[in-house]
Amino acid sequence: MCGIVGLFFKREIATPALGSLLAGMLSQMRERGPDSTGFALYGDDAPPGAFKVTLHGLGIEYDWASLEGELATAFPLTCRAQPYGSHAVFTIVADPERVFAWISACHPELDVFSFGERIEVFKDVGRPDAVAQRFGLAHRAGTHALGHTRMATESAVTTEHSHPFSTGADLCLVHNGSLSNHNRLRQTLQREGIRFATDNDTEVAAGYLTWRLRQGRSLTEALEAALGDLDGFYTFAVGTRDGFAILRDPIACKPAVLAETDDWVAMATEYRAIAILPGAAGAEVWEPLPATVYSWHRQ
Amino acid sequence: MIEVDLAQSSVRELNQRLHRIGPGDNEHHWQVVNPNGAHAIAVGLTAPVHIEIRGHVGYYCAGMNAVATVVVDGHVGTGLAENIMSGLVRVRGNAAQSAAASGRGGLVVIEGDASARCGISMKGVTIVVGGSVGHMSAFMGQSGALVVCRDAGHDLGDSIYEADIFVGGKVASLGADCVEKEMTPADLDRVAALLGCAQIAADPERFRHYGSARRLYNFRIDHAAEY
Repeated sequence: MCGIVGLFFKREIATPALGSLLAGMLSQMRERGPDSTGFALYGDDAPPGAFKVTLHGLGIEYDWASLEGELATAFPLTCRAQPYGSHAVFTIVADPERVFAWISACHPELDVFSFGERIEVFKDVGRPDAVAQRFGLAHRAGTHALGHTRMATESAVTTEHSHPFSTGADLCLVHNGSLSNHNRLRQTLQREGIRFATDNDTEVAAGYLTWRLRQGRSLTEALEAALGDLDGFYTFAVGTRDGFAILRDPIACKPAVLAETDDWVAMATEYRAIAILPGAAGAEVWEPLPATVYSWHRQ
Repeated sequence: MIEVDLAQSSVRELNQRLHRIGPGDNEHHWQVVNPNGAHAIAVGLTAPVHIEIRGHVGYYCAGMNAVATVVVDGHVGTGLAENIMSGLVRVRGNAAQSAAASGRGGLVVIEGDASARCGISMKGVTIVVGGSVGHMSAFMGQSGALVVCRDAGHDLGDSIYEADIFVGGKVASLGADCVEKEMTPADLDRVAALLGCAQIAADPERFRHYGSARRLYNFRIDHAAEY
């Protein structure tokens, strides 16, 4: 099972309703994934030279104000921290690697859920309506977003094992399915310098794409290479700073439906998640072909 | 005509109303609006009703259909008309995977494309697809006919028993034990008749005929690699 959704607006400026539409899509996928819910939002850009990092702390009332004070002594922060209970988004002017080193040395209890110019990732155990409300999803604007409702099969039901997984700047991935060669591939990627936070199979797929993109491949090329290197069942939805892509394995047992209008492209495990979008009734609707990369980019 | 708005009533209420139609009832023409991708709409019908569904539907629409006519003016999800027994199911858009799976009779018309495994394990149903079909279509087909006006994906008719497949365009590859067969004048007439029944415009002369080589009926060690 699991439910995945993606919504990509074709225009460059942020759409105010993005968050509320994604919350509606996730709500429709609640039966497919009651264990946990997560989403990646591509909203405002960080100022030039800065990057955004989404951190996850233990408990729903982590002391983010205190952390902000500590961070500010080590790095310039361009704006106030944005706390969302167990998560917070910081905008920092620094080399991300130095920030990660600082976090792992000074605050090893924190998880880095995403970093990049635009991405923010929120995820937690629970059903989609509750998790969306916890993080105020309905009030968030943005250009595109991905979401996931999880029915766990490969690893534990925890916040850290929830989707989306983000292993590189502005890149994230949600997955319906299971990979069978993830342990060996994780070892290979670790030797290439890709870091993993969990034993989850989907995180390996995200790490694989990060590795391919670092090699200079385009997102489409990275996904085409994944067809040869990932073994298992998958429907993937992938987000980058300006792009959105879909890939299904060659057998294509895991469902997927795409819909496109002049204004947006949407992907979901089931059409009912798309039905709530404005203009859905008039959209072109089709099932994506197996082993075929579908991608959209803003210039 | 009776109109049911699925924004107001549940699929279960709709299906129960349809199941209660008995001999002598006069409720023959129904329209369903706002399906919004709901699953299992118009499943298990046994009365000669005509149902038009306005919009995209979810999984298993018109499953186990007998006698009834179900028309979907939109896209259908996985498992359209699964195990159809008789009657007509028509889709004006595209169909997701496993359309008409295990169908025993009746006619399923998909005016757009059908995805993978269209007609998997078909047992007598007739399927006419105006566009193309995905991989593994007519897998283990036992009887009936699959007519595809455009192209067929990989492994067409894999492990087929006795169903007939007619394709108007290209076949990416044939599955195990599926071979091209002679297109006889009787086959040509049959394709023309099926296209006519389906109200799909296509030239029967373009179609090629595929079916079982019958080498997998009994296990033979010479064919172990084929299984």
